[in-house]
Amino acid sequence: MNEPFVEVKDLTIGYRNRQGQIVNVLRGVSLMMPRGGALGLVGESGSGKSTLGMALLGHLRAGSQVQAGTVRFEGVDPFALNPAELRALRGGRIALIPQNAAESLTPTMRVGDQIVEVLQFNRILVGAEARDLALELLGQVRLPQPEAMFTRYPHELSGGQQQRVAVAKALAGEPELLVLDEPTTGLDVTTQAHLLDLLAEIVARMGTAMLYISHDLGVIARVSDRVAVMYAGEIVEVAAVADIFARPAHPYTRGLLASIPRLTQVGIPKALQGQPPTPGEHGAGCSFTPRCSFADGTCETVAPTLDAAAQPGQLVRCHHWQTVAKIEFSQELQQAFHKAVHTVEPEPVVELAGVDIAYTRRGLIQRLRGLPEPPATVSDITLTVHKGETLALVGESGSGKTTIVRTIAGLLLPRMGSLKFKEYDLNVGVDRRPLELRQQIQLIFQNPDASLNPRHTVAEILDQPLRLYFNLSRSERRERSIELLERVRLGPHYRLRYPGQLSGGEKQRVAIARAFAAEPQLVLCDEVTSALDVSVQAAVLDLLAELQAERGVTYIFIAHDLALVHAFADRVAVLYQGRLCEVGSTDEIYTPPHHPYTETLLAAAPRPVPGLRPHMLGSDVPELAPPPRGCPFQRRCPRRIGSICDEEAPPWRVPVEGHMIRCHIPLDELETAQVSAAEHLIPLESLSSSVSSN
Amino acid sequence: MLKLIVRRLFYSLITLLIIAVVVFVAVEFLPGDTATAYLGREATPQRLANLRAELGLDRPATERFARWLGDALRGDFGMSLARDKPVVDLIGVRLRNSLLLGLSAALIGIPLALGLGIIAGLTRDRAPDLLISTAALIAMTLPEFVTATFLILVFSISLQLFPAVTVVPANAPILELLPNLVLPIVTLTLIMVAHILRMVRTSVIDVMTSDYVQMATLSGISYRHVVLRHALPNALLPAISITALTIAWLLGGLVIIEVVFNYPGLGTLLLDAIHTRDFPLVQGIALATAGVYVVVNLGADVLTLLLNPRLRTLRTA
Amino acid sequence: MAVVAPASEKPAPIRRRSRLSETWLYMRQSKSGMLGLTILVFHILIALSSPLIVPFDPTEISASLKNLSPSGEHLFGTDQFGRDVFTRVLLGGRIALAITLTATVMAVTWGGTLGILLGFLGGRIDEAVMRVVDALLAAPYILFLLLIVSALGSSNRVLIFTLGFFYGIAVVRVARAATLDFVARDFITAARARGERRMTIVLRELLPNVMDILLVEFAMRWSWMLLAFSSLSFLGFGVSPPTPDWGLMIAESRKALQFAPWTAIFPMIALGTLVIGINLAADAVAKALGLDRTQGAPV
Repeated sequence: MNEPFVEVKDLTIGYRNRQGQIVNVLRGVSLMMPRGGALGLVGESGSGKSTLGMALLGHLRAGSQVQAGTVRFEGVDPFALNPAELRALRGGRIALIPQNAAESLTPTMRVGDQIVEVLQFNRILVGAEARDLALELLGQVRLPQPEAMFTRYPHELSGGQQQRVAVAKALAGEPELLVLDEPTTGLDVTTQAHLLDLLAEIVARMGTAMLYISHDLGVIARVSDRVAVMYAGEIVEVAAVADIFARPAHPYTRGLLASIPRLTQVGIPKALQGQPPTPGEHGAGCSFTPRCSFADGTCETVAPTLDAAAQPGQLVRCHHWQTVAKIEFSQELQQAFHKAVHTVEPEPVVELAGVDIAYTRRGLIQRLRGLPEPPATVSDITLTVHKGETLALVGESGSGKTTIVRTIAGLLLPRMGSLKFKEYDLNVGVDRRPLELRQQIQLIFQNPDASLNPRHTVAEILDQPLRLYFNLSRSERRERSIELLERVRLGPHYRLRYPGQLSGGEKQRVAIARAFAAEPQLVLCDEVTSALDVSVQAAVLDLLAELQAERGVTYIFIAHDLALVHAFADRVAVLYQGRLCEVGSTDEIYTPPHHPYTETLLAAAPRPVPGLRPHMLGSDVPELAPPPRGCPFQRRCPRRIGSICDEEAPPWRVPVEGHMIRCHIPLDELETAQVSAAEHLIPLESLSSSVSSN
Repeated sequence: MLKLIVRRLFYSLITLLIIAVVVFVAVEFLPGDTATAYLGREATPQRLANLRAELGLDRPATERFARWLGDALRGDFGMSLARDKPVVDLIGVRLRNSLLLGLSAALIGIPLALGLGIIAGLTRDRAPDLLISTAALIAMTLPEFVTATFLILVFSISLQLFPAVTVVPANAPILELLPNLVLPIVTLTLIMVAHILRMVRTSVIDVMTSDYVQMATLSGISYRHVVLRHALPNALLPAISITALTIAWLLGGLVIIEVVFNYPGLGTLLLDAIHTRDFPLVQGIALATAGVYVVVNLGADVLTLLLNPRLRTLRTA
Repeated sequence: MAVVAPASEKPAPIRRRSRLSETWLYMRQSKSGMLGLTILVFHILIALSSPLIVPFDPTEISASLKNLSPSGEHLFGTDQFGRDVFTRVLLGGRIALAITLTATVMAVTWGGTLGILLGFLGGRIDEAVMRVVDALLAAPYILFLLLIVSALGSSNRVLIFTLGFFYGIAVVRVARAATLDFVARDFITAARARGERRMTIVLRELLPNVMDILLVEFAMRWSWMLLAFSSLSFLGFGVSPPTPDWGLMIAESRKALQFAPWTAIFPMIALGTLVIGINLAADAVAKALGLDRTQGAPV
C-alpha cells in the first residue's frame, strides 16, 4: 500500500466572525504520519492544534468550514464521506480520547453499557460477547474490579478512572489511529504519570498510531517519536523528538524550550516576550515576527515556507533558520536561566503551629450518636516563613494547600492551633481583622478570568484597594494606578479596558498590580501561572521575582509543578492529604533523602527531555479522605514498611537544621534506597521488556 | 434514597401547611366576617354576637385555625354560606369536572409537547423548528381568554361545531359534558403545549451540544442511538420538573377558561364564592387546589429522583 | 490541583464600545427582536399620545349607534353601548401599561434586592425564606389575587401593590440563583479577602453582574404581568367600567360575539400584539446578553 497513513495537505479551516470576515484557525497545514508511532503536536492557545486533531475525525466546530486543502486517512477524505461511511471511520479506524472525560461520558448511562455500545457499532458484537469484551477492556486499562466498574455511572468514578474509561472506549473499536486531545488535563501529576504509562504500554502492544496533542513539553517528550510544533495556525517545525529538544531550528521552539523551568537548572528561565496571537490576528509575513529576536524586514512582509532543515526529517518554517541553528542550543539553554536575587532576613513573618482546619463538622445527629470527629481536612501544620522568603506549598488535589492559604488570608478559621503574622493573631476572620493587617496580606488567584470582575474596567479594579487602604485623592489614585500598570509592564491605556478585552497574561498582571497596590508584606500566590500559556509563564515569574527583590515582600506560593517550584522558591513544604510530609530548602527537598511522597512526585513529573520513562512509584488508588491514624501516605506509599505506617504517626526526622522529613524509615536507609533508585528515569528502550512495577 | 423521598414528602406537607395559613390569613383580612356576610341585611349587633358565638368566631385566630385545619383533615370543610350545603359536597362534583378538563388536557398535551419540543430541538433553526416555535410563541403569549374567545369565534360562531357556553348542570354525567369539554380542552392544551414545548426544546438543544453527545457521535454511534440513548434521557429529565411547574401554573389559567366557557368546574365556583363572600367555600377550594398542586409537584420530584442516576448514587471509589 | 489547561489567551479587539452599544448591535441583527421592539415602541407611543388623537369620547353612550360594523366613520365599529371601538382600543392599553410597568419595577426591585441579599448572605435565614418562597410559588396566585382585589377593591394602588408583591416572589428565586452563581467566583472571594465591607461587595461587585439577568427578568415579568392584569380585568376584578381596557372590553364583548365580533377582535389584536412584542424583544435581549435561557414557567 503506497498511500501514506495520514496525509494533510494545505489544510485551511476557518469560520465567519461576527463582523462577517473569515477567520482561519488553521492556515495551509501540511503534515504526514506514518503507520504506527506517535506524533506529538505542541502548541499554545490559538495554535489550532485541537482543530487539526479533530479534522482527522472529520469533525469541525460549529460554524467552521474547510476553506482549502485536504485531509486523507489511508487515502480517504473524512470530509468527503457520507454519514454511514463517516460513522464507520470514527471509532473503528480513528478514535478520540477527549480532554475532559468527566464531561464526555454520558451521565445517564452506565460505564459498561457505553463501552458495549461502541463495540456494537464498531465491531458488530452483541450480547454476552460484547459484555465479556467490555470487561476485558476495563481490565486492560488497569481499572480494579472490572465487574463492579461495569455497572457504575460516570459520576461515581474519580477523574483518573473516568479517563481510563475513555481510553477503554477508544480502544474498543480497535482503531489504527488514536487522537488524544490533552487527555491529562485536570489530573494530578501522579495520575497523569500512570495514564501515560498505560498509553505507552497499549501502543507498544497494539501498534496503534498516536497523535498526542498537548501544550506540556514534558509530556510530549515522554510520549512522542516525532514532534510537530504549531504556532498561529501553522506548523512551524517538525522533527524527531530528540532533534526538537536538543537541536530546535525555529526561534519559537527554541524560545519555548528556553522558557520552561527545569529541575536540572537553577533559576528562572528566559521569558518569551509578548503573547501568542489570536486566530485571524496576524500580519502578512511570518506570524512569529513580533516576538522573534531574529526577525528583520523580510520576516514582516514575506511568509516563510516549511522547508527542510539541518537534521534528517526536520522541517522548519523560518527565513533565518540557518543563522538560528548556528547557535548551540544547549548553551542557549544554560544562559537562559537567571537566579532571582533577593535577601531573606532571619525574622519570622508568618508562624503556624499545630494548625488544624476542617471543612466539615459533625452534624447534630452524628454528635448525638457519639461518632468521632472526622479527620480534619488539614492537620498539624507547623511552618515558619521568614521575611523576604518564598515558601512553596506543593501537593496534589486534596493536599490542603489552598485551604492553608485561605486560612492565612482569613477566609477560613482553623479548628485548632495558632497562626501569627508578625505580632498579629491570624486566628481571626478577615471581617474582624484590623485594616493594617488586611492591607499587609494579599491574595492572587489562579484563574485571572475569574478573579477580575468582568464588569469593572482595569481602572476600577486597581482603584478598589487604593480606596480601601489609603487616604488618597482621586488624582493621586489615578497616578498610583498608572504607576502600578507600568510596573507590571502595561501601558496607561489599559486602564480603560475590561478584562474581557485582555489576554490571560495581561489579566494576571492586572491581578498582580491589584495585589501590590495595597503595598503588602505578604503575598499569597495560588497557582498564579498554572492557567497561563507556557510561553507567558516565565514573564510572570520574572515580574514576581522583580517585585520581591524591589520591595522585600514575602511569598507563600502554591504550585503543583515541581520544576516551577525549583525555579522560584527558597523553601518548600510538601503536603499530602492535608498533612506535612517534608519541609526544607529547595536544594534539600530535591535531593535524597526525601519523603517517599516527594520522591513519587519527582519521579512522576514529566521532563522536557526525550527518551526517559519515569520509574513508576505509588499505587493509583484515589483518596477520598485522610486516614484517621498513622501516616497520611500509608495507602499509596511504595516504601511502606508495615502496619506501623497505618497505626502510628511518623516522627519528624531532621537530616540538617531546617530540613524535616516525616517518615518511619530511618534517614540513612531512606537515603541509600533513594540514591540507588535515583535512576528515576529509565531509558525508553527497556520499556517493552520490563515488567511495569505496580 | 427512601430518605430523600420521605424528605420531599415532609416538605410537601410543610408547603401545604404554609398555603393553608396564608389562605386563612388572607380571608381573615377581608373586611367583615362570616357572620356579617351570612346575616347581611338582617345583621343587628345582638344577632351578630350570637352567631359569632355559635360559629366560634369570637375565639382567638390561632384556635380557629387549628379547628378549621382539624376539621378539614377529617373532610369537613364547614358549611357554605350562600348555599347552605356542606362545602365538601359543593366542591366534590366541581372538582370532578375540573379534573376531567385538566387531566384530559394533560394526557393529550404532555406527549404532544414532548414530541414537538424534541422535533423543534433536533431541527434547530430549520423549517420545522421555526414553524413550531413561532406557533408556540403565539399560543404562549396570548392570554387564555383571548385564545379561548378566538376559538369560540371560529368554532362556535362561524363553524357552529361546538357550544360556546356550557348549558348542562354541574352534576351531569360525563357523557353529557363531553361536547362542552372540547373547546376548553383545546384551549388548555394549546397553552400547556406551548409552554412545555419551549422548555423541552431548550433542554434538547443544550444536550445535543454537550460534550458527551459529541463524543458519542465521534465514537461512531448512529444518530438514532445518540438521540435515543444519550441525548433524550438527559434532556427529558429537567422536563419533568418543568412540566410540574407548568401544570401548577395552569391551574390558575383554569379559572379563566372555565369562566369563558361557563364550564361548571372549580374555577367558576371559586369566582362565585368570592363574589358572594362565601368564605368557608373559598377556603375549601383554596385548600383543595393547593392539595392538587402539592401532589403534582411531589410526584414530579419523586420521578426525577428515580430517574436521575446522579441523585440516586453517591460517589464510591 | 493538577495539570491545568491554559486559559484562552485571546484579547478581544480593542474597541471603545460600551456594553450598551454592543448589546444594541447584536439586537439589531435579530429580526424577531427588532420586530418585537418596534411593536413595543409603537404601543407605547400610542398609549402616550392617544388622549390627544382619539376621534370620539370613549365613554359616551348612544343608543342609536349600537353595534355598528366597522365603517369609515367608526373604523373599528361600535359596541353594544354605542361607543366607538377604535377610540376605546387606542386608549385601552394606557392603564394596563402604566400599572403593569409600575408593578414590574416594584417586583424586580424588591424581588431582586431580597434575592441578592439571600444569595450573598446564605445561612439559615436564606434556607427559611426560600422554604416560604417555594411554598408560595407552588400556590395558585390567581386565588390570592382574586381574594385581595375583591376585598380591597380594584383601585390602581391595590392592583399595583398586589401584582408587584406576588410577581416579585419569582424574581427572588431568579436573583438568588444568579447571585449564587457569582458568589462562588474568585473576584468575590478576592474582594472578601481584601476585607471589603459586605455592602460594598454587594453593590459594587455583585450588582453590575446580576443586572443583566434582572433586565431580562424585567421584560419577562412585564409580559406575564400584562397577561395577569388583563385576565383580572376580564374577570371583573381589574379596571372598573366604563374605563376602556382591553381585558374588560373582551369580557364585555362575549355577549355580542355572534352579531358584533369586532368588539372582541380588535382589542384581542391589540393585546396580543403587545404581549408578543414584549416577548420577542425580551428573547432577543436575552440572547444579546448571552443568556439564552427561557426561565421557568410563568407565574
